[in-house]
Amino acid sequence: MTTLLTLAVLILVAIAIWQMTKIFELSQINAENSQVANDSDNKTNGYLLFAFLIFIYGITIFSFYKYSKFLLPEAASEHGAEYDQLMVVSFVIIFIVQTITQALLHYFGFKYRGEKGKKALFYADNHMLELIWTIIPVIVLAGLILWGLYTWTNIMDVNDDDDPLIVELYAQQFSWTARYGGSDNVLGEANVRMIDIDHANVLGLDESDPNATDDVIVKELHLPVGRKVNFKFRSQDVLHSAYMPHFRAQMNCVPGMTTEFSFVPTITTTEMRLKPEVVDKVKRTNIIRAEKAANGEPNSDPWEFDFILLCNKICGKSHYNMQMKIVVETEEEYNKWMASQKTFSQTLIK
Amino acid sequence: MSATGHEHEDEHAHHHKQTFVTKYIFSQDHKMISKQYIITGLIMGIVGIAMSLMFRMQLAWPGESFPLFEVLLGKWAPDGLMDADMYLALVTIHGTIMVFFVLTAGLSGTFSNLLIPLQIGARDMASGFLNMLSYWLFFISAVIMLCSLFVEAGPASAGWTVYPPLSALPMAQSGSGMGMTLWLVSMAIFIASSLLGSLNYIVTVLNLRTKGMSMTRLPLTIWTFLVTAIIGVVSFPVLLSAALLLIMDRSFGTSFFLSDIFIQGEVLHYQGGSPVLFEHLFWFLGHPEVYIVILPAMGIVSEIMATNARKPIFGYRAMIASIIAIAFLSTIVWGHHMFISGMNPFLGSVFTFTTLLIAIPSAVKAFNWITTLWKGNLQLNPAMLFSIGFVSTFISGGLTGIILGDSTLDINVHDTYFVVAHFHLVMGISALYGLLAGIYHWFPKMFEGKMMNKNLGYVHFWITAVCAYGVFFPMHFVGMAGVPRRYYENTAFPLFDELTDVNILITVFALIAGAAQLIFLYNFISSIFYGKKGPLNPWKSTTLEWTAPHEHIHGNWPGEIPHVHRWPYDYSKTYENGEYIIPGQDFVPQDVPLQDNEEELQH
Repeated sequence: MTTLLTLAVLILVAIAIWQMTKIFELSQINAENSQVANDSDNKTNGYLLFAFLIFIYGITIFSFYKYSKFLLPEAASEHGAEYDQLMVVSFVIIFIVQTITQALLHYFGFKYRGEKGKKALFYADNHMLELIWTIIPVIVLAGLILWGLYTWTNIMDVNDDDDPLIVELYAQQFSWTARYGGSDNVLGEANVRMIDIDHANVLGLDESDPNATDDVIVKELHLPVGRKVNFKFRSQDVLHSAYMPHFRAQMNCVPGMTTEFSFVPTITTTEMRLKPEVVDKVKRTNIIRAEKAANGEPNSDPWEFDFILLCNKICGKSHYNMQMKIVVETEEEYNKWMASQKTFSQTLIK
Repeated sequence: MSATGHEHEDEHAHHHKQTFVTKYIFSQDHKMISKQYIITGLIMGIVGIAMSLMFRMQLAWPGESFPLFEVLLGKWAPDGLMDADMYLALVTIHGTIMVFFVLTAGLSGTFSNLLIPLQIGARDMASGFLNMLSYWLFFISAVIMLCSLFVEAGPASAGWTVYPPLSALPMAQSGSGMGMTLWLVSMAIFIASSLLGSLNYIVTVLNLRTKGMSMTRLPLTIWTFLVTAIIGVVSFPVLLSAALLLIMDRSFGTSFFLSDIFIQGEVLHYQGGSPVLFEHLFWFLGHPEVYIVILPAMGIVSEIMATNARKPIFGYRAMIASIIAIAFLSTIVWGHHMFISGMNPFLGSVFTFTTLLIAIPSAVKAFNWITTLWKGNLQLNPAMLFSIGFVSTFISGGLTGIILGDSTLDINVHDTYFVVAHFHLVMGISALYGLLAGIYHWFPKMFEGKMMNKNLGYVHFWITAVCAYGVFFPMHFVGMAGVPRRYYENTAFPLFDELTDVNILITVFALIAGAAQLIFLYNFISSIFYGKKGPLNPWKSTTLEWTAPHEHIHGNWPGEIPHVHRWPYDYSKTYENGEYIIPGQDFVPQDVPLQDNEEELQH
């Protein structure tokens, strides 16, 4: 960290000194005291523009070198792989364009810096050039749009094929609750108007609905690996957003309506913990946490990797701490866990 | 006003004796109004930036106690520890102030007022009175917004997008009480101000152009101001309707945006409304708004680039076409803020399509700017550096829009710091560069010939440019790591522990950048009082404003209004033998008639 800071400060100090010497220089030679750039200003700033280009490339390389390891690990869902692929291709395109255009911009700024007596080229338009740089983005974007839309339509097509597991994610200030359909895999009717705290009916299930009796309400989301999950999202108070970054999944929870998202988890929590990038990340994080513990700071318990559900839509004071653990496990483990849960009718206080 | 009104009733219409009040306060002169806008805008800018520095400090050093917080935030930072509600309030008001009060009113308001009459050759705006009214409504809304900071239960803190139900229910958040009421009132007045201003700009540009100033001889600044005003007139009323409906939901028990809510142990009566409706209404303005912010900056940059490159802007007509295309597309892309709002996925597909289309005119503009520099004779004044910086950040920030505009890719970066990095570069920093470039360039026009110090300008630019990338480039990585925006601290997630270092780096850059703005402020204020007068046309520009005298007079030109004989970009134009059109001068002002054997090129 200190190296980082020193680097940043050094760059700035260098620039400041450069400028300061220039100011000094100018006050010596130039008595005319005009506030319009002269040849020496053009020269200095022309070179600085070139240096700035190197700075842009430098900070790009630096960030990739230092921060790439912070990026999310391999997607743990079926569509996530395709998502990542589209992301990588888009980034390659972006970086090609970025590298070329920034180079041209700053290099021209350096190359064509003004000098007294130099003549600029009166060059007002060129239809061929303009056509070329209209057509190229059109083609590239058409490709991206088509690919993106194809993927989007697939991801957002929430249907009941392949016997999906039906799970409701229920958001409230500032916690998540999950509800499974139970043995019939059908969620009972629910509305916040039927919430009855005295009966411990906190999600507002219709107590008379037979589909509701076997529903299972839990505070930790368990998913069997390889089975499609259809999520139904509800919120009881304000907007929330169910964000599951490791699965490349997100959907807002809107009071008054039910929203949907669907994905197939492909990697279990146990498998994920063994991925080299995750092992490294956990190791790095635990070093930081050990330091914190040594200083007696909070949030310093050793960490074990878990998938997580975060709230990603501002929802109030404790928005920053609205989370639920997600466990992806094998079918057997899942069934075993499910068997140990109580159904809605068992938890209801009559 | 009435007390002083009778004094000059019998005076000749063109020689008003100005009292202090009519000259400096309730002025109807566009030059004075533009100064009022810039000064109000800068004051709001100071507040907005100071807020951002405070919450950056909180993000870098969560749980750390800063005595400064206690001084500035009082009970919201007991023992110097920032309260979580206050954090959200700072984020909210920072966004509101920067988007509306600095980059809409401060940028568009200032330069539309200053430049429209001067560049098209008009004595003043079509209606000086409406213009004055527009400024004072803006002023009132700014005052109300600032007052809301001192409300007992705290200012609005539901994010600058104020999505209900969070913004509608005081039970959901303390800031949604009086603070939000004042926010809505302030915005309603702001919208009225913006509409009065915009209508005035449109009428002035369409009707008051001097002889010879055809639409295709307008400087690109005027084109962007005109188109910006049109987008404002089209979309701001929709925000007003959203605000009014929200006010009704909050105060009169209607259910436009609310339904099925259970909060603090009771079910509320609201039924049948939809928060998604609010999102549609909000973003119907909200998205064009970013173009309202960026288009004037584009115009300013185009003008400054051509002047300082001593070259015509490349592809003048293509530039106009892109401005119009961007403006049109900007009104049909709002849904890209709502891909995962629960709206029908098919709508998402449509909005992805229209959104990525915007990349095309934007790319054309970027390439045209770069080509404008090619083989120029670049005069690297501070304004020119900010213009080059604008193109740089506009490209860097715009490119990530390809990711966010793609509904698929948006899923996992939506509402993360990736978005924050994207829009700050493409419309925050870029528009600020446009504003600063404009100030450095037109300062002499605004303050009667006085010039800003160029060396302070250079120091200001270079520190700002380095820090802007230092803040927002690493921020993309924070977003790609999955960190949501508007989190008071990230310590609740071990997943994000190792990102603390990045956050510290970002904050250090932000603090340095904030300090660099003090150099600018010093330069700006001291130049107003002690700046040296420069020549009448210091940048050797072709446009009409530089033919008006230093002294601000009512009506802009002492004699007749100059007539226009050519387009505004005759820089370095030569005869076939390579001689400049006017010997020894590499530019031909717009009011100079075509010379013998000179060809008027059809651009």
